[in-house]
Amino acid sequence: MENLENLKNDTLQKIQAASNLKELDDIRVSVLGKKGKLTEQMKGLGALPLEEKIAAGKALNVVKAQIDSALSAQKAVLEEKALNEKLAGETIDVTLPVRPETQGRIHPVSKIYEEVVAIFGEMGFDVANGPDIEDQFHNFNALNMPANHPARQMQDTFYLSSNPEEPFDMDTAYVIRTHTSGMQIRTMEKQQPPIRIIAPGRTYRSDYDATHTPMFHQVEGLVIDKNITMAHLKGCLYDFMKAFFELDDLPVRYRPSYFPFTEPSAEMDIGCLKTKTELKIGAGTDWLEVLGCGMVHPNVLKAGGIDPNEYQGFAFGMGIDRLAMLKYGIPDLRTFFESDVRWLKHYGFTPLDFSSMTGGLSNNGGLAR
Amino acid sequence: MKFTLSWLKEHLDTNATIDEISETLTRIGLEVEEVYNPAVGLSGFVTARLETVENHPDADHLHVLCVNDGTHKYQVVCGAPNVRAGLIGIFAPEGTLIPLFNERLKKAVIRGVESCGMMCAVDEIGLGTDHSEIIELPADTKIGVPAAQVLDIDPVIEVSITPNRAECLGVRGIARDLAAAGLGSLKPLNIAKTPAVFANPVKITVECPEECPTYTARYIRNVNNKAETPKWMKDRLNAIGLHSISPLVDVTNYINYDLARPLHVFDADKLKGGLVIRMAENGEKFTALNEKEYVLNNKALGICDAEGVQCLGGIMGGLAKGCSADTTNVLLECALFKPECIACTGRHLQIDSDSRYRYERWVDPKSNISGSDYATALILSICGGEASELTIVGTENYQAPVVWLRPERVENLIGMPVSAEKSMEILNKLGFETSLENGRIKTISPSWRGDIEGEHDLVEEVVRMIGLDEIPAVSLPHNKFPKETLTPMQHNAMIVKHELAARGMYETVTWSFADSDLAQYFRKGHEAIILENPIAKELNEMRPSLLPNLLTAVKNNVARGYANVALFEVGPEFSGRHPQEQNMAASGVRAGQTAKKDWQHSARDYDVFDAKADALAVIAAAKGPVENQQITLDAPSYYHPGRSGTLRLGKNVLAYFGEIHPAVLKALDIKTRVVAFEVNLDNIPLPRRTQGKARKKLELSAFQPVDKDLAFVVDKSVSAAGIMAAARNADRIHITDVRIFDVYEGENVASGKKSVAIGLTFQPQEQTFTDKDIENLMNKVIVEVNKKTGGELR
Repeated sequence: MENLENLKNDTLQKIQAASNLKELDDIRVSVLGKKGKLTEQMKGLGALPLEEKIAAGKALNVVKAQIDSALSAQKAVLEEKALNEKLAGETIDVTLPVRPETQGRIHPVSKIYEEVVAIFGEMGFDVANGPDIEDQFHNFNALNMPANHPARQMQDTFYLSSNPEEPFDMDTAYVIRTHTSGMQIRTMEKQQPPIRIIAPGRTYRSDYDATHTPMFHQVEGLVIDKNITMAHLKGCLYDFMKAFFELDDLPVRYRPSYFPFTEPSAEMDIGCLKTKTELKIGAGTDWLEVLGCGMVHPNVLKAGGIDPNEYQGFAFGMGIDRLAMLKYGIPDLRTFFESDVRWLKHYGFTPLDFSSMTGGLSNNGGLAR
Repeated sequence: MKFTLSWLKEHLDTNATIDEISETLTRIGLEVEEVYNPAVGLSGFVTARLETVENHPDADHLHVLCVNDGTHKYQVVCGAPNVRAGLIGIFAPEGTLIPLFNERLKKAVIRGVESCGMMCAVDEIGLGTDHSEIIELPADTKIGVPAAQVLDIDPVIEVSITPNRAECLGVRGIARDLAAAGLGSLKPLNIAKTPAVFANPVKITVECPEECPTYTARYIRNVNNKAETPKWMKDRLNAIGLHSISPLVDVTNYINYDLARPLHVFDADKLKGGLVIRMAENGEKFTALNEKEYVLNNKALGICDAEGVQCLGGIMGGLAKGCSADTTNVLLECALFKPECIACTGRHLQIDSDSRYRYERWVDPKSNISGSDYATALILSICGGEASELTIVGTENYQAPVVWLRPERVENLIGMPVSAEKSMEILNKLGFETSLENGRIKTISPSWRGDIEGEHDLVEEVVRMIGLDEIPAVSLPHNKFPKETLTPMQHNAMIVKHELAARGMYETVTWSFADSDLAQYFRKGHEAIILENPIAKELNEMRPSLLPNLLTAVKNNVARGYANVALFEVGPEFSGRHPQEQNMAASGVRAGQTAKKDWQHSARDYDVFDAKADALAVIAAAKGPVENQQITLDAPSYYHPGRSGTLRLGKNVLAYFGEIHPAVLKALDIKTRVVAFEVNLDNIPLPRRTQGKARKKLELSAFQPVDKDLAFVVDKSVSAAGIMAAARNADRIHITDVRIFDVYEGENVASGKKSVAIGLTFQPQEQTFTDKDIENLMNKVIVEVNKKTGGELR
């Protein structure tokens, strides 16, 4: 049996020394293979008398178990070593950049539209749309602006002949809407009070400089019911401005003004701080005009088919582009419409930047990439 | 409307500061646009006396002064030629902000002599441009007094006057409003009556009393129009940006701005015969002072002599009979014209003038005689001469209509209680006559207010004076449970923007206008919608498609060095000139490559399938049908005829996509390939409102699907869609997916043919497929594809 002890010790030593899986397998074959040394000894058992056979068999099995266990332990070690070597060979430079992806952008005009809709939606407003080409009834006359009204000159109007076959007639021509106020009339024509709508859209005036473009965006508001007063007008617009600029407090003031379609009429200013380099909305020394508003003129209610003795309400109109400039610090109105990809990338909003009062108005889309 | 502080104080007795005046004006609705007050820049400047003047030891033209500001003495080096001991001038000590340089004055050493301050010239304190000598004040001026108190400084205030406040186009109207707001009292207007020394030799006939209810004329003889306009009048006119021309012109301009009272002066020697005020004849010609000739119609009001129209009533005088320096005899017109008539003519002839501006708003109908008297007195005082009697045609008996105000109406509209007494007090201060009758306030407006038509106008006057800031702010009552704010259509327009941005495109907003030269390629069978008065030649048409503007944007970005461009816009395109002939389009363009070159070589050229994918993504985002739409090959002619398509639902076009036609790109001067899509959002059917929200029940098969590939050789003209449909229709129950994974033409495929390889997914429904089942399915596909497309198994 000394022979067995030597075999065991010799084999375990070899297993320990094996440096790769091939070597290890060769050892296994040489000891446990069909013609392996231990296998040969097992085969020799049959020739022994029973008692010896039992003892020798037992001893052989113990050694076999020890060798098996050593083999599998060493196999695990060598496999891990081999894997590590393989992985080391597979190393790549993970500081290399990822495949290029372009993150698109939402234009500031669309973003402001969504913010405005989110806020007024919370106050129970619906959104109305109307045509860009308007008849003069809806754009002017119904808004208490008959043909020779001086206020018509305040808006440099684009005209479109209603019948190109005939000589141009300024009085029957269509206009490209100068404001969204015509939507007040179109809404009243379709709906009796209570009315709460905003009407955002493109508007057009023949004017072009740093603060005027021939096309710009307005949002009209109209609230009509039995007991709507100027106090509601002030409350509604204050609530809006505070929510829009995402400020806990915002100084506002109202100045009497004039619009043919409202009376009394007012303009609303918000507080701001102007420095050489920036404009900060909020408490400060300066005022910024943000919108025109007023109580709907009885003639306008009549034109819309609503009895001014029963109903009253307020209307307002403000510039969407202007709101964008103020909130997001965009300096020049003209750049809104230049489609410069550098500008769109910088001032645009990320695709997932949706606006809601419950989920947040701005910065919901993660960082811009 | 501009005026100076001293001018205002001509009418308003007040101690208010310029800031108080300015704040009050804005608060009562006369919005201050700008206050130019030179005194603001004079902080730190004081009066001081030159005690001694000595020559500079080291410079011929410099002097060393000892300056006394009453408390200290300073050594100052000065180069002005007019320095002398005893002179009192304006001194800026060290540290004073000098308006001319916008810098603080520092102590300096000039040629070895220390200078601690500066004696100022006019330009240095921002009151003029003269730099030749230092300011010299009267000898009795006290020293140590702030400069603003002794210098003749008249701040200029500019207010924006709304169309309803015509009377505030005169300084007196503004003064009256300020007085009503409690900022002082209105001074009486004392207009001297000039004695008439002869009868007016010019006969006046008014043929259209409706358009000209009052016409007054006075002959003034022997005037000297070469006389100098008085300095105070010149200064005021200059301050508001009007140049002094001649006394006669200056007086009419002055009164226009002082009392909002337009006047006209004819050179009486040039008039032939009497004056007739009549409607012009159609086609009658008139050359105005601006030297332009106008063709009149019978809605224009002419002031005519025997030689025709000599003045377009209330709008502009004529060139032929106007005054010159040599004028000696004049006819002074002070009249009333109907606002609508003036507005109509002014608008049609597009003549702007200060006179038209006032007449079309409202001119005080009771100011004809007083206005004429005022002008006559001023002309005589400046130019000498003698006045005739005043000819008056028509009357000045204007009576404003009675307007009633229910006292409670104020609270009903503004949401704050105001007593009847308070309302009446405010209205009285503004010149209204009021009385309380049966609980209602009866009002008669003053003649200078033409804008008071109804109760709401009176409420506005009351609230204007109370101050809008006094009204409480009350949040709108929540009168219903919130529901979705946007209509499904509006929501679609919003969601497709986010979809396209998520696909890597930048949203842009371009003009609704387009350049006809470009737009002509994009009209879809309708006429051009050309504006009558475009702002620029390139913006003369209502766009028939968003593409001309998007393509121009591509061109501009490429020119700026950005060759890879992916832009989209969601907005209106126009198919006709009538309201509503427009639809909401979501369109986009891609040019160049998907990205710049990268190490994994993933960048590739954009192609038609990018545009198709965009179009399909938009339709899906708008909840349009993705399955049962058809693709036809008849996109408009601005697309590449072989690389474009139309997505249809029935006869409705949902979208076009394709490469832009190279000829169109050439016309737009674009050198790179561009792919584009246009989705008509209005044509995408909306889901029915009654459609429930529950999903169809998910049926999961217990059996594994099997994927198989087949390749067919077909004629080149056979469409991929046809092959896929045929394969799918071979067994709609068991074939659940069909893909195309290879299209090949060339070696081993006959010319005029192509090989199309399709992948199929077979889904067992009842039990696992046997080999036989699969073979049967494959055979069904082979037979069906062959039947529908002639395709042979490769």
